[in-house]
Amino acid sequence: MDAQTLLKRLFPDGHDVAFAGDCFSGTGRCCGNDVAVVGTIDNAPIGIELAYRMAGAVLDVVRRHPGRPILLLVDTQGQRLSHRDELLGINGYMAHLAKCLDLARRNGHRVLGLVYGQAVSGGFLASSMLADRCYALPDAEIRVMNLPAMARVTKIPLERLTELSASSPVFAPGVDNYLRMGAIAALWDGDLAGQLAEALAAPLDGDERRALGEERRGRTLARQVADRVRRDAVA
Amino acid sequence: MESLSFEYRGGRPLPSAPPVTLVGVVGSGNLEVMVEPADLGGVCRIEVLTAAVGFGPIWQAVMDDVFARHPVADVRISINDVGATPAVVSLRLDQALDAFTGGQP
Amino acid sequence: MTDAATHSYYEDSARERLLGLLDPGSFREILPPSERVVSPHLRRLDTPAAFDDGVVVGKATLGGRPVLVAAQEGGFMGGAVGEVHGAKLTGLLERALDERPAGVLLLVESGGVRLHEANAGLIAVSEVMRAVLAVRAAGIPVIVLDGGQFGCFGGMGIVSRLCDAVVMSEEGRLGLSGPEVIETTMGVEEFDSRDRALVWRTVGGKHRYLLGEAAVLVEDDIAAFRAAALALLDHAPDLSLAALEAEHAALGGRLERFGDCRDALDIWARLGIAEPERLPILDTPTFLATVTDKRA
Repeated sequence: MDAQTLLKRLFPDGHDVAFAGDCFSGTGRCCGNDVAVVGTIDNAPIGIELAYRMAGAVLDVVRRHPGRPILLLVDTQGQRLSHRDELLGINGYMAHLAKCLDLARRNGHRVLGLVYGQAVSGGFLASSMLADRCYALPDAEIRVMNLPAMARVTKIPLERLTELSASSPVFAPGVDNYLRMGAIAALWDGDLAGQLAEALAAPLDGDERRALGEERRGRTLARQVADRVRRDAVA
Repeated sequence: MESLSFEYRGGRPLPSAPPVTLVGVVGSGNLEVMVEPADLGGVCRIEVLTAAVGFGPIWQAVMDDVFARHPVADVRISINDVGATPAVVSLRLDQALDAFTGGQP
Repeated sequence: MTDAATHSYYEDSARERLLGLLDPGSFREILPPSERVVSPHLRRLDTPAAFDDGVVVGKATLGGRPVLVAAQEGGFMGGAVGEVHGAKLTGLLERALDERPAGVLLLVESGGVRLHEANAGLIAVSEVMRAVLAVRAAGIPVIVLDGGQFGCFGGMGIVSRLCDAVVMSEEGRLGLSGPEVIETTMGVEEFDSRDRALVWRTVGGKHRYLLGEAAVLVEDDIAAFRAAALALLDHAPDLSLAALEAEHAALGGRLERFGDCRDALDIWARLGIAEPERLPILDTPTFLATVTDKRA
């Protein structure tokens, strides 16, 4: 789904979202609430300039609209892979974006993510994965690496990876895998505005993804291991 | 991967149970060795998980030598190996057992 | 200090680094190797697992003050983050919320997400990110030490810059996509990963220090890392709107000032450093004296 169509379906009461290059931001109206929107289009690679602009849009919401919910609509093929981005410290720009989203959360802004196109590695990590809850459209694509590339790097035969990915959600691309592992709270389909309104009203309780992954049997160790390290008595 | 297991009898029990010792890293051409006190009725048990398949007889020979140098009892030794040479395996086991027994007779 | 008295951080394993860094005898490991909490995913892919899943976590004292510490082992799968590895880091950080130590030390050495369990690793890194920020928001400093053989890349490169300060040696490396990844994906003309001089002046400790990505640059000596970490325990975390606006202005300034630079040498020259091509060969004390007041 393209971003314009998506925005119309999320905000049937209207929005003033403006596009600038591969980035967009603005405000939509959902069931009487104003919702700040920050997103990208065209599977944008997230480089230093884009991370910086998105962070600026988030800071602007925190400064000018205290408490206003933020919806991230990030379509990304991942971090931009270039010598120049590394030279200028792209990890610092990604971290800055993440810090701004966390600041918004701590200042009482609900932060939601909706993956409508692609979500890959660093671009996903520094944006929608910092949301209180992240959702996805059923035809969205979430991955770290596709299986042929993974087979080359790990030297594990592609047939073996393909075979295992039928039963394990742990390494293969796919929205359903991220759903089972708890990183995607739910898939949105049909009445997107209604689902957004529900997500804006749903109670939140910290980072619930480990518990969700355990409940859905897609990530069975993370919750238990983290709890043990947090609480085990030490001699 | 291949699992191997070895057991030795006739070793000397240590006067007191030392803390668990871990040496080495699970990296290419290397291995990690963990040595723990264990109530094994006087046996020293060695469990190996190795990425290199088909070297059972060589492991047997190396382990025989190690036990001859360090005849311990009631000890569990666990190894994760990524194709280390017999010399490296011997060295790591010596390091681990020296640290574990810590000068105890 | 003489060379004979220095002890290389770079050459050490994760466990050796902890022993050298912390007060003698003070380290207590949490979920130690004898608990055998290993990755179940590696076994299914016929890949050997490590008893600690490549990260050592525990509590200790540093200069008599309580700290929580984690050390990643680059020798095991490049220090990459899998489900268990990541959950140990997250659990340790959350423990800090309960125990309120003087600080949390992260001895990072990681290529990022472990591909054998890529989805679990990516999610785990995002949980670590949130946990780091929660600890800092609670007023507890999180300090990163980066001087290992494998550097710090991928998601851990982002994690590092979420923390209060990064302490690096010249040998440390810090970035997002490693040079090999960029070369493989974009071609050797984009980034020649075999050009060691290029790699070091792009992602190495000296350039990171000049850019302000690393707060402190130390020699490759574990005692120097210890002293730097100890001094940073008194750092008060600030994640306020004002602090992030200041960071935003600084990052915007970096884009304006250096956005057209194509090599670290261009940046160093623009910082006003005479003969920038000399910087890579200077030892750390001479380098620090040379660049005083020249950092971005």
